[in-house]
Order: sequence, then structure tokens, then C-alpha cells
Amino acid sequence: MIITVNNKEHQISENQLETKLSLWLRDDLGLTGVKIGCDIGVCGTCTVLVDLAPLRSCKVLLKNAIGKSILTIEGLTPADGSLHPLQQAFIDAGAIQCGFCTPGMVLTAFALLAINPQPTRQQVRTAIKGNLCRCTGYQQIIDAVMLGAQRMSKQ
Amino acid sequence: MEDLLNTPTAFRNDAYAKVTGIAKYADDITIPGMLHAVPIYSDYVYAELIAVDATEALKQPGVIAVYTARDVPGKVLFGQIIQDYQVLADKYIKTHGDVIALLVAETRVQAIAAIPFVRIEARELPAVLDPEVAMLPETPLLHPAHGSNICNEHCVRRGDITLGEQASDVVIEQTFKTQRIEHSYLEPESGIAYLRPDGVMEVMGSMQHPFSTRRFTANTLGLALNDVEVKTIPMGGGFGGKDDTAALVCARAALCAYLLKRPVKMTYTREWSMRESYKRHPYTLQYRMGLSQDGIIRFAKSRFVADGGAYCSVTPWVTWRSTVQCCGAYSVENVHNDTYGVYTNNIFSGAMRGFGSPQVNFAIEQLIEMAGEKLGLDELEIRRRNMVRQGSTTVTGQVLDTHVVSLQQAMDRVLAEIDYTNKRSQCSFGDPAQDEWYGIGMALSYRGMSLGAEGVDFNSAIISVQPDGSVLIETGIHENGQGSESAMILIAAEHLGIPKERIRYRMPSTSNIPDGGTTVASRGTILGGGAVVNAAKILKNILTTEIKTAKNIDVSSFRDSGLYDTNNELVMSWNDAIKLCYSRQQYPYAFGVFQAPKVSWDEHTGQGNAYFTWVYACQAVELKVNPKTRQVTVLNIVAAHEVGKAINPDMVKGQIYGGLATAVGYALLEDCKSENGKIVPTNFHNYRIARATDLPEMTAILIENHDPQSPSGAKGVGEPTLELLAPAIANAVYRATGKRFYTLPIRIEL
Repeated sequence: MIITVNNKEHQISENQLETKLSLWLRDDLGLTGVKIGCDIGVCGTCTVLVDLAPLRSCKVLLKNAIGKSILTIEGLTPADGSLHPLQQAFIDAGAIQCGFCTPGMVLTAFALLAINPQPTRQQVRTAIKGNLCRCTGYQQIIDAVMLGAQRMSKQ
Repeated sequence: MEDLLNTPTAFRNDAYAKVTGIAKYADDITIPGMLHAVPIYSDYVYAELIAVDATEALKQPGVIAVYTARDVPGKVLFGQIIQDYQVLADKYIKTHGDVIALLVAETRVQAIAAIPFVRIEARELPAVLDPEVAMLPETPLLHPAHGSNICNEHCVRRGDITLGEQASDVVIEQTFKTQRIEHSYLEPESGIAYLRPDGVMEVMGSMQHPFSTRRFTANTLGLALNDVEVKTIPMGGGFGGKDDTAALVCARAALCAYLLKRPVKMTYTREWSMRESYKRHPYTLQYRMGLSQDGIIRFAKSRFVADGGAYCSVTPWVTWRSTVQCCGAYSVENVHNDTYGVYTNNIFSGAMRGFGSPQVNFAIEQLIEMAGEKLGLDELEIRRRNMVRQGSTTVTGQVLDTHVVSLQQAMDRVLAEIDYTNKRSQCSFGDPAQDEWYGIGMALSYRGMSLGAEGVDFNSAIISVQPDGSVLIETGIHENGQGSESAMILIAAEHLGIPKERIRYRMPSTSNIPDGGTTVASRGTILGGGAVVNAAKILKNILTTEIKTAKNIDVSSFRDSGLYDTNNELVMSWNDAIKLCYSRQQYPYAFGVFQAPKVSWDEHTGQGNAYFTWVYACQAVELKVNPKTRQVTVLNIVAAHEVGKAINPDMVKGQIYGGLATAVGYALLEDCKSENGKIVPTNFHNYRIARATDLPEMTAILIENHDPQSPSGAKGVGEPTLELLAPAIANAVYRATGKRFYTLPIRIEL
């Protein structure tokens, strides 16, 4: 039984199957970019991409992730330490305050742009509605996703 | 195609770490050998605690210890103003959020599994949940040592309201009620503590105020302040809510670490956080206001009652701001206000962004429009006739003449931007012929900056230039997510004339820099920034003196990484000046202090120069109401705020957008209800904060009139953003539906 995380395969044992994906990523793999805000699948801070779909990892058990490919914020960051254009856009647009929602927000936006590279602001708004943010009022996050989309389309 | 951002200007020293997920928040940190602590609650709201039996719990797998108040080596009670807040419930359980015991286990899973095995025996007492009942003389006292269930009272006595009443042609009376709300920081409280080899208890945690956390921890452990070192790590939001409770979570982790001599982490679940953490004060505000035919307010009498819940926390300070700002941004000659902070067995109330003004503004900003309507004056004209202007005297007798009073400026900018006058004529006023009602509304506010006469108000900064010319700075201000460290770096860069990239903010610790008070009251930039400017002055003086002594040249300015003389000729580069300094055995090191200018307050008359400076704001909103579903949809928000000087403009705008979003929640979505003393919402599924789809596009307008009393020119922005949108929404709802709503959150009932 294998789960691929950030392009690396991990063997899963029988006794891990009922473990929450969020806790496994944090505690066993040290991927603490996965945040726990509510632990009931509402706030979106634990969002990861499962086969490129944004899912709340606190609502996914390992048994349901077998054979799948997980992308966390750590996997989105290029290995050379540079930033994905979407990450850079979050910085440039002032979309980061406390930063607790940021990993989940970036991943949700990344998934949106994968299927809709030129979204409208309203489409961005709808896409991120499952990711709560108390700091920014979402305005500069939407700015960031639009900026990221524009920069990615130029590449 | 042009880049949407031609010149990216947003700057944060922590942005890279946060956008890559490498920023470590409290719960992300592990220490080898670390244990996990969890809180034990009871089902009681008010009870005499008889016994805690941990026998069965201690037999559970992995359980190491269960601690109660008896195990506290220091003091069980603490508090910032009145020491009535229990680290662990001692003889009485005073509210449903009280923690009775701490259970420590090898793993968090084991600790949580063992919680039900702790048995609590208590004798239930009749809880007092209504502040008006609590205030009655026959009601038993919740804190007998305090001598009253009235935690505190404040007043304003200005002029003579009898004379004001005689001069009035129109008198209106109205009672307003505002609800309890939850801060809803996305990161629940977490603390991690370990005893260092040198005997110092080191604490890290998700808390707003390292120095406050140090006081709580030292008090609990019975240690001196220098026996505890609190370090700052990234924090997932605070909004005023990570003081008492969050500090106590850290203190409890430290208590367990102290008793067990092992590292201990205590991370709250959302459910524990919602149950135990303090909330925004629910208020009842009764107003009686009179105006003469010319639209001038002749008197305002008001009585505010704030439910402080079971503990004092900062209720006296929150309610004091309400008192000082009891007439909103208007000049009134005859004022009589009484404000009470009251103890009940409800969840306790404390600091929350806005701090005593959102409640008052919700009332006064509707009342002014109601008064105008009675006099046949529109909502803009009635405001123009009463609003504070340059040289106006506030209701506490303070003359506004030390800074630019930009209220009219803010109002004009917002009205123009949103096209208020034209859109005003399109409002529905509940027209039965329309199947969708449209409304536009606005509100004004002014706000005293920083702590005011609440308390001592000073801060310090250290600038230490390294031999290669790079710079380390630190201040007594805490990074709460708002970007304070970045603002301090930008201020230092400007005043030293070097690029911001050459400046690092040193990891703050309570053992590095003097206690600068708490990072509250929108005082971070104004106080911390002021200290940075003053430290930069001292540092520049050191360099100037050394160059004068060594080369007999007068340096007059610092810019572009160079030092220039009076003729604008380059004297030497920054790096060379630093080298010169070190070679002459002088450290380019400065400690700067900013002491807030003097304020004054007479508790008996409620008169005085309450705050050393003020900010001004106007916000307007468009919305629509569906008459059938009663659904309110916010369509557009425009906000203008006086900020003195925008140090980091994108971050300032971010503060405005964030405040507006929370204010939409305050007006329409959020209600942290309490039933029989127990908080009803448990998590974000039954406590709804604004999602992206609940909000419209927002426009933030920055008004900059550098404040001469602020060394950096900047004023605060965090709190003013959240203090006036709820009444603007109420006013827009009125123009959509034709009905006024006096209770928050606004629930449309037709």
C-alpha cells in the first residue's frame, strides 16, 4: 500500500489505515505546512491536493488515500528554494498576514488554475470559499491569484 | 500585457517562510521527550468544587500526571487589572470554561483518551447570567473580595444635561444590544515549555503578548520574571483574543513542564478554544439624545452595561473606551454617561479588535440618522453639523488641535468613491413593488490612539549595527501576523538611509528587550515605530560624533547608504562609517525609547485628554435584501482611514480589508450565543465567519496626515477598521427595508 507525497512514495502499514491524512503528514512526515484549524473539515487550513483536487486532509483517512498522489505546500515549492509564481504572487500582492491559512489557500488556488488558468475574480472567490481567513478579508488573496494566473500564462 | 502589479510593494520579512509552509507555529514544534497536556473541564457553570479524583485517569495508557490548583507552586489567581482569573479552578467553578485540572500523557491521543476518566465532584450553585440581575444589591457576589458584582464603572459628566434638554426641540430614546462574538483566529491556542539547563523556564506559544505571558507564567510558577523567557514564534492570528487565555495555556504548559522536568506542549482543539477563550463584550446601550431645530445635538445621556463574564480581564479598559467615545465622532456640550462592566457566570469577555467602540458606534451611528430624520435633515447633513473638526472639543473636554482632524476628508473621499448621493436616491425603503431591495449606508468614527489613560504607554527599540554594516533591530512590539516586524524594518531603513534588505529583525524574546507592554490598541506601529525612530536618532548621533572627532566633518543627512554633509556631498559610505566606529572602539548600538505624550483622566467627572492623538474614518456599504428569504447580500464596501503615514501601504490596506470582513460578520453572521451559561457554538460549522463568497470587492482609501506627535508620522489602523461597518450596514439595511434594527447581529424580520 503506497501513498505518494510530493513525488515520494511512502509504504503504509495495516495499522495506519484509520489515521487521518492530516496527522500523518504532520506527525510522521513532518510536513507542518498542513495546519489544523478546526479538525472537522470546515476551515480549510489542512487543505492538500489529492490527485490535484483540493481536499481537507483532516477528513481523509489514509485508507482512502492509498495509491493516490498528495501535494502539500512543501511539494509546491521548487527544490532549488525558489518560489512557484503563485507563491510569489501571494507575497507581491500582500496576501499574507498571519499566514495560517496561506498553505491551504495557495494549494486551493493552484488547483483552480490547473483547471481554469484564466479565472474571473468571482470564480476565484467561489474556489476559495472553503478556505477561511480572518486576517485579509480575502481581497488581496484574490488579487494574488489573479496576478499568479497572469504571470503563469506568460510562462 | 502589463503585470497586474507594476511594482510589487508589499513587504514582509516572514512572507517566504509563510508561503512555503516552513514557518513553524507553536503546534509545529516538537522537542525530544515532549509530553502533551490537555485541559479537563466540568459540566458546571457555577459550583463549589469538592473533589477531583484522578485515580482511574492515572491508570490509562501513557498518562503521567493529573494536576489541580493544589499543585500550583505560585499563585492560582492572576489578571492584568484585578487578580481574579484562575489558572485552574480552585474552590469554585465560576464559569463553564474553567479548567479544573490538567492531564499530561506521553502522546496527545493518549491524553485526550483519558479525559473522561477524571471525576469531578461539585455542588452546583445558581448561576447569575444577566448583568442587570448581577448588579442588584441582593444578588450574591461572584468575587466577594471585590465587594461588588460591578467589576468597574466609568462616567462622563460634561455640561448640564438638564439645560441641554431644555434647549432641545426633539428628543429620541433608543436601546441597542450587541452580541458576544468569537475572535476566530485560525490557529487555536498552543503553548510549549521546557526547563532549560540554566534553570530558566523557556516558553513559546501562540500568544499575542510575550510579556503578558511571562507575567502569567512567573505568577503561576512562583518565579521571578527573569526565571521565565518567552520567545516569539509565528502566530496564526490574534485580533486581541490571544492574551489572557492564550497566556494561560502557555503558563499551564510551563506548570506541567516545571513539575515534571520534561518539555510539555499544550495545544487546544477548536472546541476547547471556543469554550474557554474570552469573547467580545455583549453590550446593552440606552440612549436619550436631544437636538435643537438647527440639527445641533444639545445633550446625550447614555447608560452602557457590558457583560464582563466571570473574570475581569481588561473589562475596565474596554468599557473605558466606550465611555470616552460615548457620543461617537460628534461634539456634544452636555453629556452624561454611565458605563458598567459587570461580573456574571458567563464566559468572560476581554480584548477584541475594536475594544469597546464597535458597540457604541453601532448605536450612535444609527441614532444620529434617526435624529436627522426627525428634523428633516438627511444623514449627511446631520453629521456635518455635529462632527468633530479641527479644534473641536471632545465629550471629555479634549481639544483636537495637535494633529489634522480629517473626519470630513474621510467622509468626502468615501462619498465620492461610492457615488453616495446618486445611489442614495435608488434605495428601496421596503417598496412592496420591488422583489429585491437596495440600500446604501455609511458611518463615521473617530478613535483615540493607543492605550490613552488606560495605562503606562511606552516602548523601546534596539538598533545594533554589525561590523559589516548590516543591522539588527528589535522592539517591544509583537508580530501578531499584522506585519509589525516588517513595518519596523521599513521605518529603520528610512531613518538610517539604508536598504531594508540590510536589516534583520532579531528573534524577539522577553529576555532581550524591556517590557514594552502589550501589542494592543493599534499601538504597535506608533509606539514601536516611534522607538525605532528615536533609536535611529541616537545611532546617527554616534556616527556623526565619531566622524566629527576623527575627520572634523559635519554630517547632516543619511541616505542611499551614505552619510552626507550640509552641501550634500558624500562624506563616507554607511559601511565605512560603521568601520570607523568600530576602529575607534565605539559600538554603533542604540537603545531608543518612545514615551507616549501625557494624557489625563478624572475618573469622577470623566473629563481629560484621554488619548494623545486620534484617527478618523468613514465607511460606506451597498447591499441588497431579498424580501422573501430576508437574505442580505453585501455588494460593495468603501473605507477611508486616517493612518498618519502608511509605512507599508499594502499591509495597511490588508488591515482595512480584514477589519471590514470581520465587521460584516459582526453585523450579519456571527453570534456566539450562550445558553444557560454555556457557549453554544463549538467550531466553525456552527460559528459562521465571513467566507470569500460572503464578501464583495472592497476599496481601501488611505488618508495620510503625518502626526507630529508620532516620531514616524504613523498612527494605528488595526482596530478602527472594525468599529464602524456594522452601523453602516444597519443604515443600509434601513434604506433597503425601511426598518431599523437595533440588535446585533441584524436579523431581518419584516
